[in-house]
Amino acid sequence: MADTMQFDLVSPERSLASLQVNAVQIPGAEGDMTAMPMHAPTITTLRPGVLRVESSQGTSEFVVTGGFAEISAEALSVLAEKAIPMDEMTRAHLDELIEEARQTYKTAKEDDQPHGLVEDAAKLLADMEALGTHMSL
Amino acid sequence: MPNLKDLKNRIASVKSTRKITKAMQMVAAAKLRRAQEAAEDSRPYTKRFNAVMAGLAASVGGSDSAPKLLRGTGSDQVQLLVVLTAERGLCGGFNANIAKLARQKAQELKAAGKTVKILTVGKKGRDALRRDLGDDFVGHVDLSEVKRIGYADAQGVAKDILTRFDAGEFDVATLFFAEFVNVVTQVPTAQQIIPASYEGGVVEEASAVYDYEPSEEAILADLLPRGVSTQIFSALLENGASEQGARMSAMDNATRNAGEMIDKLTIEFNRSRQAVITNELIEIISGAEAL
Repeated sequence: MADTMQFDLVSPERSLASLQVNAVQIPGAEGDMTAMPMHAPTITTLRPGVLRVESSQGTSEFVVTGGFAEISAEALSVLAEKAIPMDEMTRAHLDELIEEARQTYKTAKEDDQPHGLVEDAAKLLADMEALGTHMSL
Repeated sequence: MPNLKDLKNRIASVKSTRKITKAMQMVAAAKLRRAQEAAEDSRPYTKRFNAVMAGLAASVGGSDSAPKLLRGTGSDQVQLLVVLTAERGLCGGFNANIAKLARQKAQELKAAGKTVKILTVGKKGRDALRRDLGDDFVGHVDLSEVKRIGYADAQGVAKDILTRFDAGEFDVATLFFAEFVNVVTQVPTAQQIIPASYEGGVVEEASAVYDYEPSEEAILADLLPRGVSTQIFSALLENGASEQGARMSAMDNATRNAGEMIDKLTIEFNRSRQAVITNELIEIISGAEAL
């Protein structure tokens, strides 16, 4: 059994990581999951959260918001709408994201939009705030 | 024959024009490199995204429960043309070519009895189409303040389009932009974004065995709007690179033309100067002879 797999993290603006990894913890829309080599092929959407990558060179973390992950037995691709390496992440950055989420929530609530968009926005906001405590900033 | 002073001024003015076009060419070359890099950086995302969408669309697309963004509204009566152009001119035929393609398409659709609506992104396209199709404009997205196209800009455009789609304002949306081939060639392209067509992508056989979390339908519903943003983003980046490429070659031509003009004017200037000297000499000699 292979003990590593190919991991790619790409955002629309750039490709952030491409390396061999042992395990990756993914903030899935329905809960966190850890993907390891020989995982069953899965596609999951992401909620805003922290992506933890374990490779032979150590552990690295990325903050991702939205997007999806495609897991197969020997590869994992994460396509995030926004992805920021943890060491580039600052409180100001997070505040910006939270503010953005708050705005979305507000406009969604005011416009009284259908298809549970209000709940989505509220959830996004909560996720963002949880992210702050998670990062101990 | 123009007098010497005029010629001199003319040469000076063409020389400064040449300096400006030369500078613009170099700026465009630097910007082109950056634009190309940006376009290349976004490619892995777009590629993977389209591959996954192709798989999803293939497995869900046929059913009646498929989202409207994929299935369409069942009609193609109202067509939205999204015309992406530059905010600035002086880039050769770049804006004109995109506008021309959009105009052609609009006329074809009108001849077929369809309703045409136009959303312009970029000032130049709006200006070019206003005269013929001004009545069909439904909106304009201004990107003149944006220095570097980001994904957020594409999301803004996508949101505008999706809101209109949800409101039932149109059935089919098509993007118009210039595809970057190389510095001298940019191909104006029309690409349908709603309803989305991912059939072009290679459908891997393994795609059918994926587990989906949440359900396939939910993922598809979540990803389709993102797909619109992604397509607009990559079109904007292509367009950015094309614009700089077009400007670079246009300015290169302008610089060369200015050089030729300077040469011609200089010859004319020297000729007329010599004519003046000859004239003066003749006057002196005939004056001396008359004595």
